[in-house]
Amino acid sequence: MKEFALIFRLKDIDDFRPSPEQMQERMNWLANIAAQNKLVDKGNTLIPAAGSAKVVGKDKMVTDGPYTEIKEFISGYIVIRAENIEEAVELAKGNPIYKVGGNIEIREILKRD
Amino acid sequence: MAQNPAYKELLPHLFRQEYAKMTAVLCRHFGLKHIEIAEDIASDTFLKASEQWAIDGIPSNPVAWLYTVAKNKAKDYFKHESIFESKVKNGLTPGTYSYETGFEFNHQIIADSQLAMIFAVCNPANTPESQICLALQILCGFSVEEIANAFLSNNETIKKRLYRARANLRNNNFQIHNLGGADIEERLEVVLKTLYLLFNEGYYSKSGNQVIRGELCSEAIRLAVFLSGNPLTLNTKVQALIALMYYQSSRLSARTGEHGEVILFDNQDRRQWDSSLIAQGHYYLVNACTGEQISKYHLEAGIAYWHTTPADQNKWPHILQLYNQLILVEYSPITALNRLFAYAKVYGAARTIPEAEQLQLTDIHYYHELLGYLYTEIDTFKAIEHYENAIQLTKSPVEREMILKELGRLREEKI
Repeated sequence: MKEFALIFRLKDIDDFRPSPEQMQERMNWLANIAAQNKLVDKGNTLIPAAGSAKVVGKDKMVTDGPYTEIKEFISGYIVIRAENIEEAVELAKGNPIYKVGGNIEIREILKRD
Repeated sequence: MAQNPAYKELLPHLFRQEYAKMTAVLCRHFGLKHIEIAEDIASDTFLKASEQWAIDGIPSNPVAWLYTVAKNKAKDYFKHESIFESKVKNGLTPGTYSYETGFEFNHQIIADSQLAMIFAVCNPANTPESQICLALQILCGFSVEEIANAFLSNNETIKKRLYRARANLRNNNFQIHNLGGADIEERLEVVLKTLYLLFNEGYYSKSGNQVIRGELCSEAIRLAVFLSGNPLTLNTKVQALIALMYYQSSRLSARTGEHGEVILFDNQDRRQWDSSLIAQGHYYLVNACTGEQISKYHLEAGIAYWHTTPADQNKWPHILQLYNQLILVEYSPITALNRLFAYAKVYGAARTIPEAEQLQLTDIHYYHELLGYLYTEIDTFKAIEHYENAIQLTKSPVEREMILKELGRLREEKI
């Protein structure tokens, strides 16, 4: 089994605060992966709100965000276990993020230790 | 010789209640290495009681009588047996206890010794099964035969398991006295797990013996409540576990029919649920929710709470959400399957089947039972197939009978 990070991206900052129904769908999806014993780390949410998000750019220039001036921002990540990347892709397809136009980047993890 | 029937009823009860405590206190003096000596003295004490009470009748304070006899027997033992001088004494930490001053059975000493004993028995050096066996024997005063009955095993297997577990305890050099806060913190997790397993062994036991099952459950509750009574071991997890046990216990008598058959939740007679136990559950659950911590016991107690409420439209979504959190805390195949049952209650069988089949837990009978249940309205042939698989896999006669009944109903439908 290999490990994969699923990195969630949203387009619209309004989607960052899900409705109770969206929250439930998301939980169902996550629990479904855990129920297959394929959840390695339930990960974290990355807050894109003012005061919580900054970018240190070229020449150490600090800007706010990411939340206004770019089209997409990363909203969080989890780590799952799968036989291969195809299986990880299949698991990712069930996530409700696609209903709001978001996307998921899937990356195999090479552990440093 | 005049037989007194009253003592014959009282003595087994006292044995259950006091034997373990007595052993615990004695062990404090002898050390765990010599647990057998402590147990011998405790057993002798009860033997003497059965002989003497048969002749003289029950003493006015039977418990005090027992402890006085045990104390004297222990003192005699110390005086007469050279083993104390040669072996035990050197093993004791100097200055901790001497039999002259420290040998008392008062409430505090009993409570402290019992606590120490619980922590000694729940030793991670032993497997969970062995811990439960030891807990039953040392903490609850169960006989080898009773333990064998509870595990649907034979005396020899249990004896061997206990022998190994005791050897482990001895070699582990666990100090029964002076438990520090850090030790307690570290072990409490294992202790709670053992009590949880002890309770489950009673609640889901495959043995048809109702009496033993009931006793396993009440022993688990007794020990957990005991833990909650000590400031050292009182935390919200303990309270959540107690709440869970009370909620589950409230349905214990409704879960089995006249002939020991299991009655499924939906078919239980709610009037048979014990409302006073449910109220106890509420009390402990409210207290459990005062902190920040959410443990698996909290989540399970929450699920058990919802099971005691009448069906309304929010009930199953709440239960599903709790299962969603529970599976994130700790994966287990049974949690995964129970979660799907709740999922089916919320989203229907058709949406649940693909999720269930994804799990591929094909060697667990409950997996096939669940799929049998889900397919019942959708595809009778598939339902029959899964129930047949379940029968092959289950070891419980009671369960087999239940599935056979369902199979009969489905096959009749097909004809």
